[in-house]
Amino acid sequence: MAEQVISLQVNGAEHRILTADHRTLLEVLREDMAMVGTKHGCDLGECGACTVLLDGRPVLACLVLAVQVDGRTITTIEGMAEDGTPHPLQTAFSEKGAAQCGYCTPAMLLTARALLDEVQAPDPDDIRQALAGNLCRCTGYNKIIEAVEAVAGAQD
Amino acid sequence: MTMRLPNFEYVAPATVDEAARLLSDPGRSSLIVGGGTDLFPKIKRRQAAPTTLVSLSGVDEMRGVRFDSAGNCVIGASTLLADLAVSHQVPPVMAIAAASIASPQIRNTATVGGNLCLDTRCNYIDMPETWREASGHCLKDGGEVCWVAPRGNRCWAINSSDLAPVAVALEGSVRLTSVHGERLIPVEDLYHDDGIACHTKSFEEILVELLLPSGGTRATYRKLRRRGSIDFPLLGVAASARFDEAGTCVSARMVIGAAAPAPVRATEAEEFLIGRQFTDEVIGEAAGIASGPVRPQDNTDTGSRYRKWMVPVLVGRALSDLVADDG
Repeated sequence: MAEQVISLQVNGAEHRILTADHRTLLEVLREDMAMVGTKHGCDLGECGACTVLLDGRPVLACLVLAVQVDGRTITTIEGMAEDGTPHPLQTAFSEKGAAQCGYCTPAMLLTARALLDEVQAPDPDDIRQALAGNLCRCTGYNKIIEAVEAVAGAQD
Repeated sequence: MTMRLPNFEYVAPATVDEAARLLSDPGRSSLIVGGGTDLFPKIKRRQAAPTTLVSLSGVDEMRGVRFDSAGNCVIGASTLLADLAVSHQVPPVMAIAAASIASPQIRNTATVGGNLCLDTRCNYIDMPETWREASGHCLKDGGEVCWVAPRGNRCWAINSSDLAPVAVALEGSVRLTSVHGERLIPVEDLYHDDGIACHTKSFEEILVELLLPSGGTRATYRKLRRRGSIDFPLLGVAASARFDEAGTCVSARMVIGAAAPAPVRATEAEEFLIGRQFTDEVIGEAAGIASGPVRPQDNTDTGSRYRKWMVPVLVGRALSDLVADDG
């Protein structure tokens, strides 16, 4: 079985990992690193639940091999709060009722964060476009959009 | 359900030559991987079983947009769709088509070459292995019957690339490289009207770059799908045209995507348009001519009758785009 030692910068910490070539980043995060905040959804790139940030850009951890991202920087939901203080998006999601079952929430938060890091004052259409790859079967999306809008407005 | 990838070797050469050498190694059964967003689901569903994946993401020379001495816009095959979608160097229609593909996450991984080389898709082949086994393997899956058209003897899986019809409409060409040499072919010659042997490129050949000639063409792309994101096209219409000063069409290309195993040029409609001004009547007549030969099958989302019904609608909208003030 083909294996490689790779180094991943995950949430600011350097990790050296021995992994088989065919394992996805999702599998390595959840099974080897016990970071189960990244959710396992459809496994086929259709739902967005496994979104992580790769060098700041949202990608699907189920469709990326761990060996493909050797040396790159990854942010998961576990790295969203800083020193125990929730990210403003996390607070807004909580206050606005933007999470119900919670399964899509880590991916929604990370995708929204990537947008806010890139665009200073996104309008509602920018937010909808940015979140267009994240499915939610509970909320009907409005409260999620409202939560992101609230934070976008506050950083304006 | 967890769909794990089977064991394989992953190699990421730094040059095209090294990638070509690996692909021609008889000791390996290799496939090229760009971003992997089309290939990994296929391998998870056990539609492909490579021993080796040759990644092109480490080949720096294949990334980015440049212009050659002939004025062609040259798009490296490893350029991410997300970067193409916001590029001001490429024809705007190319950026619009790229922005319509899949989801933001997928566009951050998927590549231009990968989209041009998408495997054909069908409701029967794109199912988990257990499902395919229970229903009986289809023609593309190594069986003897195409479940879409059981009385025929061919595969109707469709080409779902959004970039391909646009690249054909823009008279683009692709550069293919292998250990046996290099060739430059028109994009439309990259495809073959068969759901199984859907590309004319050999497994050893690497699609290195897409070349788009410059100049004077108005172009547009219209895409039909159920949702505004994630979905593959149920139909795509790319059109381009040049006009003289009086507004008479001097050349036209119209390409229908996601209706057959290859993007299909509506040559009769193209000929009809030359020498005419795009009035509502001319557009309506051209839409009828273009849709005549298009025969969508029941092999993707929504029924074939709906998709057939939408062909002249989309063609009409595309042709109207070409003469709109902001076209």
